Amino acid sequence: MSQTIATPPTIRLDSDVIGRPVSRTDGAAKVSGAAKYAAEYNVPNLWHGYIVSSPIAKGKITKIDAAAVLAIPGVQQVFSHENVPSLAWFDRSYKDDIAPGGSPFRPLHNADVLFSMQPVALVVAETFELARYAASVLRIEYAVDEDFNTDLEKARAAGKGFDAPKGKPGFLPPPKPKGDADKAFKAAPHQVEAAYTHHTQHHNPMEMFASTVEWLGDGKKLKIYDKTQGAGNTQQYISKIFGLSKEEAWVISKYTGGAFGSGLRPQYQSFLAVLAALELAHSVRVSMTRQQMFSMGHRAHTIQDLKLAADDQGYLQALEHHAFAETSQFENETETVVNWSGILYKCANTKFSYELAKVDVNTPADMRAPGAATGSFAIECAIDELAYKAGVDPLEFRRLNYTYRDPTEDKPFSSKRLLDCYQEGATRFGWDQRTPEPRSMREGNMLVGWGMATGCWDAAMQKTAAKASLTAAGHLTVSSATNDIGTGTYTIMTQVAAQTLGLPMADVTAVLGDTTLPPAPVQGGSWTAASTGSAVQAACQELGKKLLKLAQKMADSPLKGIAFEDVQFVDGHLRANEDIDRSVAIADVLATSGEATVEAESGAEPNPVNMLKYSMHSHNAVFVEVKVDEDLGTVHVTRVVNAVAAGRVLNPKTARSQVLGGTVWGISMALMEETFLDNNLGRYMNHNYAEYHVPVNADIHKIDVILVEEEDDHLNPLGVKGIGEIGMLGVAAAVANAVYHATGKRVRDLPLTIDKLL
Amino acid sequence: MSSPFIQAPLGPPAPALAPAQAVTLHINGEDRTIQLAPWTSLLDALREYLDLTGTKKGCDHGQCGACTVLVDGKRINSCLALATVYQGKQITTIEGIGGEDNLSPLQQAFIDHDAFQCGYCTPGQICSAQGLINEGRAKTADEVRELMSGNLCRCGAYTNILSAVMEVLHDGQVVVDNGTLVTIPMQPTKAI
Repeated sequence: MSQTIATPPTIRLDSDVIGRPVSRTDGAAKVSGAAKYAAEYNVPNLWHGYIVSSPIAKGKITKIDAAAVLAIPGVQQVFSHENVPSLAWFDRSYKDDIAPGGSPFRPLHNADVLFSMQPVALVVAETFELARYAASVLRIEYAVDEDFNTDLEKARAAGKGFDAPKGKPGFLPPPKPKGDADKAFKAAPHQVEAAYTHHTQHHNPMEMFASTVEWLGDGKKLKIYDKTQGAGNTQQYISKIFGLSKEEAWVISKYTGGAFGSGLRPQYQSFLAVLAALELAHSVRVSMTRQQMFSMGHRAHTIQDLKLAADDQGYLQALEHHAFAETSQFENETETVVNWSGILYKCANTKFSYELAKVDVNTPADMRAPGAATGSFAIECAIDELAYKAGVDPLEFRRLNYTYRDPTEDKPFSSKRLLDCYQEGATRFGWDQRTPEPRSMREGNMLVGWGMATGCWDAAMQKTAAKASLTAAGHLTVSSATNDIGTGTYTIMTQVAAQTLGLPMADVTAVLGDTTLPPAPVQGGSWTAASTGSAVQAACQELGKKLLKLAQKMADSPLKGIAFEDVQFVDGHLRANEDIDRSVAIADVLATSGEATVEAESGAEPNPVNMLKYSMHSHNAVFVEVKVDEDLGTVHVTRVVNAVAAGRVLNPKTARSQVLGGTVWGISMALMEETFLDNNLGRYMNHNYAEYHVPVNADIHKIDVILVEEEDDHLNPLGVKGIGEIGMLGVAAAVANAVYHATGKRVRDLPLTIDKLL
Repeated sequence: MSSPFIQAPLGPPAPALAPAQAVTLHINGEDRTIQLAPWTSLLDALREYLDLTGTKKGCDHGQCGACTVLVDGKRINSCLALATVYQGKQITTIEGIGGEDNLSPLQQAFIDHDAFQCGYCTPGQICSAQGLINEGRAKTADEVRELMSGNLCRCGAYTNILSAVMEVLHDGQVVVDNGTLVTIPMQPTKAI
């Protein structure tokens, strides 16, 4: 795979589109309702499946009485463990690309119930209305096993914790200890020792999980319109379980109505819809209900113990970060939670641990900034507490303990402009106007609090392929089997392609979300812009090389003998870097060549040498103002400044939106989100959009975004770090720290609701 | 320890289900007649029977606003509406507000302000904003925030939705101060 880059012009040209705040190329489709999501492909002769969920948390199904249901005219079948055909046997067939260690859940596999709201049956009927009604008539008998536990605190008290095993791709075990944290803690004059908790949170993307499976009537060939963050991941999962070839399991995912990690692993409606389509030899759609959206992965309930100490000047002397998180009985879901503390601050004496405990819930899942959102809340609140104890301004405290190297790996950062984030953010926010004493700022009956925090996220990249295809009419299509979950992938693919081949954006179309396209990993981890963007650039460069060869074949070609590295593509022309009058129009090259289309496929992957040499991370600094009603305890986040350093910004407009969204997620985590477990029933009680609170428009006020660009050629050919997760980090802690500044109350248990403040 | 539990129907199965019947809906200026079970929601009628999938299902319980459509110019949650009840009314969906090549000012403002990310709540937001403009009550940014709060956006595009709605509400004469973007240009950062 080639990654040669033609040297980009050093002067920004009017024709440059990378770095410009262009509007989304899929905007018109989305605002007009033309964009089709998984449940919206109304293929002919479609039947509908309705999922029946278990009311118990643990036990066995003893009887399924489907007779009354099957007697209803129009009902086609009731699927359960009793009539599911023989499928793949080994666990590895059920492992998707993102599966953690353990034994993946198999829908309708046997009579066992492993968690509340587990799918136990699928009723298929000719219409959605009929399937929903028929599902309500199904009678199922269970033997409840009352020996279950969904309470993480109880599991911890019972000593059920164990060190998190490796097994999940991308999971970093806690860093090794350094120095003597115990001794340094005891010797230091200022100490913080506290526990920080957040409870279960569910992703709740607006679009509910759905799959429309079109039976193509050609052997077992299926066209699977799936809600997912990775069409390829669904394809490999489905094809292994059902013994289908790649051609037979064709997965399409053009638009995804949000996912935030919930679509990384294939969800059970994909399995159920494919099962029904294959068994009935018919097209079938299965959609989850909003209630069932609480039966899948979630951000794990996590308890964190921190011990921090500093000297009188505010230098960190000891840092301990220990996390204790839930997982299911059957898989060991792991997140990187505690490592971020070690990456952010310089400290000679550190100790980390990360333990799991098994409880009777479904396996947790990656949820926006997985691990880091959890860890950053705890460390950033603890740092604020320690800064107060040491009598140092919280921002100054972070500057004092700033690190230019990643202490956990003892490597330099490939780039890090966090100091500029602090500077620019503080200036814009007016941090120097802050009076440090809690309850020292007010506006009428409102206590005003200013808090800040910081965050970091790894700048990852994954092997990705792309194709570029240019027609004689001058239209370029770039494609890759990646996804756009609202992040702007369509748009940046278009920008990168237009820039690389010097074409107007209007002449470029980006295609994605289809397993017949060049392979790409799931969209996640903030790696898509870096990975797909670089792959598109590489494919366009390969195409450019072909165009140069064709141009050099033209009679009297002004580009004869010139190397690819010495040409540039600008305004629809190929021209020599050194003499831009030596130029040929791309349209003329194609016309002269007689080719109908010129195509090239290429890809990009991480540079292993650079990965060994450098620590690659994005950083941010968040400043928050809250106003707390002294009598009512209501908290309003009235102002946020979020300064982000994430490498090169391909599109400031969509990048800003990612940071805005991350900020809203941080506010939401701080003040609202919690899925309540009734541990007697082992069941989530607020499993709907009315009682699981997320912010509405009236909750969100002024958010300033500062993008501190970094030039970083160690990362990937585009110099991009990704921006989907970093914007969320630090926000929840900054809100909690601002609430302390306003009220003098430290709340270490999220969400920060009224009852905890009064 | 084990105890029995029965997941039972709420009542006995209906002796016979009411048959599908012809329902005529006046949608986006056109009469459309379809055969529907009488308990079909307006939302499902649009999405499953008329291929008007621009109207979204986000909860089916009137909690998220993704299914917002206009009935005689007023915004309603189509998931809480039985289709048959809406015969004879003027129903406008996102497809009736404007197509890809024929965007309304609100739709264009949503694009200009990047007032969406995944796009799933967007048709509901736009129908709701059109309803809000029709109502004529909300004028200030705070009023718009409050009266656009029946539409959830999990991507968190609220500040940009506010900008887009305020621009159209005030013919571009009012700009709200709900946050700005500052880009600090690249500097080579030397690894130490």
